[in-house]
Amino acid sequence: MNITVDVNKTDGNTIMKISGEIDAYTAPKLKETINQLTKEDGKNVVIDLTDVIYMDSTGLGVLVAAFKKIKTNGGSFILTGLSNRLQRLFTITGLSEIMDIKGESK
Amino acid sequence: MNQPVDVVEVKLPPKPEFVGVARLTTSGIANRMGFSYEAIEDMKIAVSEAITNAIQHAYKQEENGTINLHFHIYSKKLEIIVSDKGESFDVAEVRGKTRPYHQDESIEFMREGGLGLFLIETLMDEVEFHQEDGVSVQMTKFLEREQVEMDAEAFSPK
Repeated sequence: MNITVDVNKTDGNTIMKISGEIDAYTAPKLKETINQLTKEDGKNVVIDLTDVIYMDSTGLGVLVAAFKKIKTNGGSFILTGLSNRLQRLFTITGLSEIMDIKGESK
Repeated sequence: MNQPVDVVEVKLPPKPEFVGVARLTTSGIANRMGFSYEAIEDMKIAVSEAITNAIQHAYKQEENGTINLHFHIYSKKLEIIVSDKGESFDVAEVRGKTRPYHQDESIEFMREGGLGLFLIETLMDEVEFHQEDGVSVQMTKFLEREQVEMDAEAFSPK
């Protein structure tokens, strides 16, 4: 199982759609793609996780790193399309209280 | 219930590309035993975290060595043991540091990892760490936990 990342840029907004499994094997690839995107200041990034079928702490680590970078550069960081499973992961780790998650079921 | 009914053993190279193989094995066994979707997904994460830890800490991403993945199948529970013969780390120290994020956390200083042990302990019913010539993590998930919990007033699940 692998991971694909589709990036769509529309005036100042970047939509990143991740598909597949995010684990110790695929997280470095995701990190590299996100790093490319977060180089510029004031970016507004939307990360669509609809097609992510598996994620663990390695994926959370990559997203936290991206979140920190974008926030400190004055951009916005939004997560969308979380399955119940992913939502649970963000809830138990406390990240749902810190990050902006669209369509959150509380 | 002291002896497992069946035992499955898998030896994996300490390489990230095999974490997915461990997950598939876990879901195959757990599915056979009749665990719920939620319980299987919890176990997949816990197993991945334990193996990722072994790769990163015990073997420092060197590709020599073996990670042992043992499944002890009982009628009412699944015991999963992940062990390595790699470099030890201070389990107590790491356990003390692993915790969820706090709402008021400063974004600038947010940790970018270290949630692995926290997730293992949160997602499994029982977790034990042993250190002896490497590190081993023993994680247990009970079948029909909901029912056991409902009866918990009367008797303990063990």
